[in-house]
Amino acid sequence: MSDSEIRRGSHRALARVLGFDEPELSCEECFTQLDRYVELSLTSNRADREVPGMRAHLDGCPACAEDFHSLRDLVAVDQEGES
Amino acid sequence: MTAPTETPTAVSAVAESRRWLEQLGGSGASRDAAVAELHALLLKAARFEVDRRRASLSHLRGGDHDDLAQQSADDALVAVLAKLDQFRGESRFTTWAYKFALLEASVKVRRRAWQGREIPLEEEAWSTLAAASAWAGRGAEDAELFTVLREEIENGLSPRQREVLVAVALNDVPIDVLAERLGSTRGALYKSLHDARRKLRAALRERGIELGLQGEEEQ
Repeated sequence: MSDSEIRRGSHRALARVLGFDEPELSCEECFTQLDRYVELSLTSNRADREVPGMRAHLDGCPACAEDFHSLRDLVAVDQEGES
Repeated sequence: MTAPTETPTAVSAVAESRRWLEQLGGSGASRDAAVAELHALLLKAARFEVDRRRASLSHLRGGDHDDLAQQSADDALVAVLAKLDQFRGESRFTTWAYKFALLEASVKVRRRAWQGREIPLEEEAWSTLAAASAWAGRGAEDAELFTVLREEIENGLSPRQREVLVAVALNDVPIDVLAERLGSTRGALYKSLHDARRKLRAALRERGIELGLQGEEEQ
């Protein structure tokens, strides 16, 4: 493993401990907005502007981030099937 | 229910969502057919999630994976039908419904993967923290970072904040697994984690330690 990879891993680990100085949604708010955020992120570049606090929450909450990735990928598969 | 935009795709998505709501809110054979269609949709989402996480369930037999997906779809169906009035039309109905099945499946898979496993002890976390601090890029001050963080985690946090931070952020215990063991919820534990992180950042700032960490999630 290179020094830069180790450094990135170190920053990721520290970020998991310290989080970020940004306003963020709660897990409940994240779940409420998740479907809208996923569709916006697949069809436009307005997702973070339209749903403030979502990106910061996904950066801080691994479980919600996994749910976001799953929903985004499932909806993308559906959209591919429609086109 | 409102259309986010007036494109033909958006208009047809709104019509489709209306059809779901009308049929699920109705009665008789039309409702029964819609419930069966919804269950099939939720089962598709649950299987998608279980398949993604198959590696963490390598100890299960083949049929167990589908049992897990079926249970997830059944529970999601109950949740969706109970919350129909909360659908605000800000996405397709199917996207809204999918998230319930994915949540049910992801939580069940995480808990099944950790069944019978002990939550790692606090001591095991310090080596993770030491390794992260040693490569923070602050040169000779990296050792100081570890000392300050460990001291604040041990003495500056409440017992619950320390427990959640150590388990989730240092020992990689899934938050849903910890919530089940502690008789709590993901949201409540995340609040403890959020508060713990804020305290630690404030403690570092007080000592003049700035790390400039940034999120890296792609959109």
